[in-house]
Amino acid sequence: MTEQKPNSFRNQPDERGHFGQFGGRYVAETLMPLILDLEKHYTAAKADPSFKEEFEDLLEHYVGRPSPLYFAPRLTEELGGAQVWFKRDELNHTGAHKINNCIGQILLAIRMGKKKIIAETGAGQHGVATATVCARFGLPCTIFMGATDVKRQQPNVFRMKLLGAEVVPVTSGAATLKDAMNEALRHWVAHVHDTFYIIGTAAGPHPYPELVRDFQSVIGREAREQMLQRTGRLPDLLVAAIGGGSNAIGLFHPFLDDPAVKMLGVEAAGHGLDKQHAASLAGGFPGILHGNKTYLLQDEDGQIAEAHSISAGLDYPGIGPEHAWLKESGRVDYTAVTDTEALEGFKLLCRTEGIIPALEPSHAIAAVAKVAPTMPKDAIICANLCGRGDKDIFTVAEALGAEI
Amino acid sequence: MTRFQSAFSPDRAALVCFITAGDGDTAANLDALVAGGADVIELGMPFTDPMADGPAIQEANLRSLAKGTRTADVLAIATAFRARHPEVPLVLMGYANPMIRRGPEWFAAEAAKAGVDGVICVDIPPEEDPEIGPALRAAGLDLIRLATPTTDAARLPAVLDGSSGFLYYVSVAGITGKQQAAIDSIEGNVTRIKQHTDLPVAVGFGVRTPEQAEEIARVADGVVVGSALIDIVGEHGENAPEHLRELTASLAKAVHNARKA
Repeated sequence: MTEQKPNSFRNQPDERGHFGQFGGRYVAETLMPLILDLEKHYTAAKADPSFKEEFEDLLEHYVGRPSPLYFAPRLTEELGGAQVWFKRDELNHTGAHKINNCIGQILLAIRMGKKKIIAETGAGQHGVATATVCARFGLPCTIFMGATDVKRQQPNVFRMKLLGAEVVPVTSGAATLKDAMNEALRHWVAHVHDTFYIIGTAAGPHPYPELVRDFQSVIGREAREQMLQRTGRLPDLLVAAIGGGSNAIGLFHPFLDDPAVKMLGVEAAGHGLDKQHAASLAGGFPGILHGNKTYLLQDEDGQIAEAHSISAGLDYPGIGPEHAWLKESGRVDYTAVTDTEALEGFKLLCRTEGIIPALEPSHAIAAVAKVAPTMPKDAIICANLCGRGDKDIFTVAEALGAEI
Repeated sequence: MTRFQSAFSPDRAALVCFITAGDGDTAANLDALVAGGADVIELGMPFTDPMADGPAIQEANLRSLAKGTRTADVLAIATAFRARHPEVPLVLMGYANPMIRRGPEWFAAEAAKAGVDGVICVDIPPEEDPEIGPALRAAGLDLIRLATPTTDAARLPAVLDGSSGFLYYVSVAGITGKQQAAIDSIEGNVTRIKQHTDLPVAVGFGVRTPEQAEEIARVADGVVVGSALIDIVGEHGENAPEHLRELTASLAKAVHNARKA
């Protein structure tokens, strides 16, 4: 590998879909022509002003963007250090950032003349967002969801069904997000001619990591503009939770070439990094799974390990390839917080700001709670509040030993 | 002459048999396939996430891994097979991650040392060849690529460039062990592919019975059977060899005699 210091951190991937040594198109031959076709259509869509116009119109009038940038006064006071601001993507239609990407991908699917939509889901947020856009555009929708996740995310399963989606419980493996993705890929390979796969995170074969990032970058573009408008300067630190990493890359990407802005991605340390967890960067090694090369939790034979996180949305043994590259290039720092710490973050935000966060951004809040007190009071942290917590109240109640 | 060249003779089609390493008594099962008349053996390397496989091979992967099968065990099975069957071509088939975990050079060297002739890696398309292709070629191993119904004329040369040993034509757009393609479609595609290459073309996915195998053997150089054999291993466990031998013998007879009928 001839690795040069990049002039920009924002011009990845290369024409073969590689972010440094990561990314790529590691798919079965059956899917390869479709992946190439998708790339061609995405390139054309990017250059088409009407595509951008329709995307932005839907984000404004259907999703409710721009989402607010909110200064959290009581949390800031309690932590006693840097000012804490939140990008409120939990206020989007469907309650999470996932919808941004789904709007973009369904417009692509329609451009490509595809008649059916499939998706995988972990927590169910991406499944709900996909079912939502399918209902909006009148396309049949099949969602693959691990049977374990079906059990722990019943409210979202019901939402998907209300929206007209068929939810297929996947029982192979640990029956979580990884297995749902395997099954979605199996279905796709048998229905390539008429089916579009809306991947929910910035991972999978090229061009998915790039296009998901582009659709989610609305988060960072808005945050950058709003922060400049409100404070006259850029934040000192961005913080976001990472499963596959789509909300984090969406927030980070527009700031990557602002050298003064530091960034912190927060993986799920589950029961602890020495036990079962979902922190691929902290505890994994580069490998190939689900169409891309990236950091994976795996054993010395390359068998993929089962991840664990209290948050179904972070419960995945891999990570988007751009994060793998940003870690190796040193541009972004990555840390991990445990289930217990995330629960504390969850309670902290409920108590101080009257916002019930999802368990995914609760990981980011836990990291903020650690780092804010170490920073001066004039420093600014902007964290991504990427989902609301209504879906998680049963999980949280169980973890706290409460009966609902 | 390589083992592949001997196995794919011009006057009759070859029977290619797939089973998963570490699922059941693999050595005895492999011997049964050879005794039944298999011309080429594909030995599946178990993987936790066999994304291109249907339920039969998924379960075989999980059974094998649940028994604790390691990469070293797969290589040991190959080495012992080579010692018992010096003439039968042996292919390792699997997914990229276990093949590159210790570096592709390590894997290629170990596979070559074990007497393996070629490798099929499901999730390395020609676009990602640098990941494993150069290492395999340097070790003298054939890289057997897959062509599918979605591999159009524009793409076929890229698939063939760097392929050796034989070409595996996946007859259906789908996963292993499911439906079989219509013979017209198979014949048309095999004819199309053979206009672009001198490599033997073996056809697989969904082939379960001697009747299906015979039909394909009339138009292709080889017929691949996997899930039907795996089902026997799953059903009969330690008693699988006699059943495997029986099915393989009927498949081999159908395949070998297809062009005489």
